[in-house]
Amino acid sequence: MASPSRNNEMQLKTESSRKATLHVLFFERSFRKLLFAMVIFMILLIGAMLITLVVFSIPSITKFGFSFLTGTTWDPANDQFGAFSFVVGTLMTSILSLAFSIPFSMSVAIFLGEYFTSGTLSSVLNSALELLAGIPSIIYGIVGFFILNPFLIQLLKVFHIQYAGVGIFSAAFLLAIMIIPYSASIAREVIQLVPNDLKEAAYSLGATRYEVVTKIMIPYSMSGIFAGILLSFGRALGETMAVTMVVGNSSQLNWSVFGLGDTIASRIANEFGEAFGLHLSVLVEIGLLLMIITVFFGVLGRWIIQKTSVRD
Amino acid sequence: MINDVKLVKRNLRKDRIFVGIISVFSLLCVVPLIVILYFIFVNGASSINWNLFTHDGGIGEEGAGILHAIIGTTEITLLASLIAIPVGILAGVWMAENTRGKFSGFARIVVDVMQGVPSVVLGMVVSIWIVKPFQSFSAFSGSVALAIMMLPVVIKNTEETLKLVPGSIKEAAYALGLPYHRIILKIVLPCGLSGILTGVLVAVARIAGETAPLIFTAFGANYVNLNIFKPMETIPGIIYKSYTFYGEGASVAWGASFVLVIFVLTINLIAKVVINRWKVKF
Repeated sequence: MASPSRNNEMQLKTESSRKATLHVLFFERSFRKLLFAMVIFMILLIGAMLITLVVFSIPSITKFGFSFLTGTTWDPANDQFGAFSFVVGTLMTSILSLAFSIPFSMSVAIFLGEYFTSGTLSSVLNSALELLAGIPSIIYGIVGFFILNPFLIQLLKVFHIQYAGVGIFSAAFLLAIMIIPYSASIAREVIQLVPNDLKEAAYSLGATRYEVVTKIMIPYSMSGIFAGILLSFGRALGETMAVTMVVGNSSQLNWSVFGLGDTIASRIANEFGEAFGLHLSVLVEIGLLLMIITVFFGVLGRWIIQKTSVRD
Repeated sequence: MINDVKLVKRNLRKDRIFVGIISVFSLLCVVPLIVILYFIFVNGASSINWNLFTHDGGIGEEGAGILHAIIGTTEITLLASLIAIPVGILAGVWMAENTRGKFSGFARIVVDVMQGVPSVVLGMVVSIWIVKPFQSFSAFSGSVALAIMMLPVVIKNTEETLKLVPGSIKEAAYALGLPYHRIILKIVLPCGLSGILTGVLVAVARIAGETAPLIFTAFGANYVNLNIFKPMETIPGIIYKSYTFYGEGASVAWGASFVLVIFVLTINLIAKVVINRWKVKF
């Protein structure tokens, strides 16, 4: 009993619903493509950054070669550049800051991860660390410049050490405070991953809590703790503002902890604005160097963390 | 027997000493925060006055304020968010949806690399890209640098939040015949809203206080400027330029620091509230 007109209507309906389906499919495909395009965009961005850094540092690399890293004269007026003193300054401030921060960050990690996992004390300390991590580095810089430096002069006078008020020591001190929250929070997380049966087994053998922490928990979570330290080391290497405000900005080679110095990041911040020609290329080259080092430590640290958390 | 008792006692003493040392070191970590906040609030509060918020002007000048810096930071931060948030969220969705395969592993490493790039190097690159060709510092180039800083934070937070959305919700939506884009936009993203929003807020708080990438991109100015293709002053920038001054200049530096700390801490606080209040539990 199908009349021709009805048939036609049916056909029209399927036609329109097919169109609607195609429409939806088109949107769906474009949406998937859009998501993917964003990821590709991100990868291209990093690629373009690397290429820019490499291309712009070529004049400096061809002119100075490897001696750039071992030279100690830095004289933009005469186009003489050697970055050794900044490499030394960067490593000194960062390693010293790690040395200062490790006792504190490990204590915090054990304190929050084992002894006080909840309660008022733990939430107070937790919020304090979060706030410390959230304070901009320029604020660390200004407090370091006006408050910490005079304090350090007085403090070091007690030990009969002449201190100019600015220098490697101030920078390392400030960096240590800045990186404590990072290594502490990572170390805390891995310490909490230690399986309970391991701890209970040790307790049942008569171990004290001190022994459980130092002989079971810390060895077990060592790789994660190490990863946290690597990550905070990467941060310390790349930190700019707080360091440049207290480090003294001296381009002389200096091996003394209490002397003036400068870091790679700080030198770039001070000179890149007015740099051109070879000077610009030299700054780009030390920037590339800094980026490779910090990225290496950052990626290595995250890789280790991923490995350790997959283990459980 | 006596020896055993002695041993146990010694062990217990060690245990107590250890707890003591740990506690002292941990609580000492609060001291820097108290010192920083105390001096920022004391010095900042004394330099805060009506004039500071209503005037612009050069550093060290009589009656100079930070109005231009407040406007500049707001504008640059907003523009950076406008660029970074859509890209970051969409890329984060892709990362959460595609967890397997070599390419997604590579993309993850790229995000890590991006997070590891020092901010000063980022500023340098963006300066080479935008400032040098146009021969002019600009707020726009500063926003681009800050947007690149924001990206990895937004991506990571989006990815990690969306991974927590249970697959059953998505399967239910698929079973109803919903197309992919509606599932993501109407179901998955709203489920992870609190986490994504927290990520965005944390990223905004981070870039609002960032100085290093702005020194040679947005550069700074002594007057109110709304044009994003001209140099623009920011709050961190004004602190950096005025801290070596004494008297009027130092006072402006403390006032600006006070404003910046309040701003950053408020955003962090909002982020905390958002994650606690709006959290969707599965």
